[in-house]
Amino acid sequence: MLPTTEYCAKRRILSVFLKGELDHHTARPARELCDMALNKYRPALLVLDFSSVTFMDSSGIGLVMGRYKRMQELRADVLIANPPPQVEKLMRLASIDKLVRIVYTAHTASVKE
Amino acid sequence: MKNVKNHLKLIFPSLSENEALARLAVSGFLAGSGADVSVIAELKTAVSEGVTNAIVHGYRNSFGLVTLEIKLLSSGRVRIFIKDKGAGIEDIEKAMEPLFTTAPEEERAGLGFAIMQSFCDKLKVKSTPHKGTTVTMEKYIYKRNEP
Repeated sequence: MLPTTEYCAKRRILSVFLKGELDHHTARPARELCDMALNKYRPALLVLDFSSVTFMDSSGIGLVMGRYKRMQELRADVLIANPPPQVEKLMRLASIDKLVRIVYTAHTASVKE
Repeated sequence: MKNVKNHLKLIFPSLSENEALARLAVSGFLAGSGADVSVIAELKTAVSEGVTNAIVHGYRNSFGLVTLEIKLLSSGRVRIFIKDKGAGIEDIEKAMEPLFTTAPEEERAGLGFAIMQSFCDKLKVKSTPHKGTTVTMEKYIYKRNEP
């Protein structure tokens, strides 16, 4: 299942809404879309929203780490938003939460408009 | 075979879209077993890592078949084998180190074995260079009565 990833940019915040199962097969298109949007908007903050991610393995960790490095080069910030329990467990196992802050928001819809 | 309650063998080509198929096979196989939901989620993740390893590393410069075998044992454990006939691993200890990867260009995190290890009770890796790799995992599938 390919994630039909969407994004939206508002002021200097770029939100990327990842969807479906994030594995080695689907990470590449998600990563490419992410980087395309990053290069287009050069945001000060990238929000990776995981609320619609139904499965993730270490490929998702690779995706987050890659974007984190890219944002550091741009002197910008990254946030992980709304990971489901399975996803959050894996992020903590990989100690990603030590590098990137994980937040839970109730306004996903309003960011998306 | 008398201590094997159920058994599944799935053979598929090393295409990345089959990673999802392998996960579906695990959850389908365990659906009627009464396994704990979080155990199924962990096994799906571990199998996803193992099958991805076979496809990305085992058959890195080639194409071949991946075998996924699942056995439900009467002890309440599930034993999973992931087998490839690909490149094999030169140094298993090194390969199992967290963050070690031979495919950084693909943004592989190097966490496959670490995840399999922490999501399973037992993990065994057998490999011969140029012959292939077999990963064996074992996990108790019911809720444990621990605090």
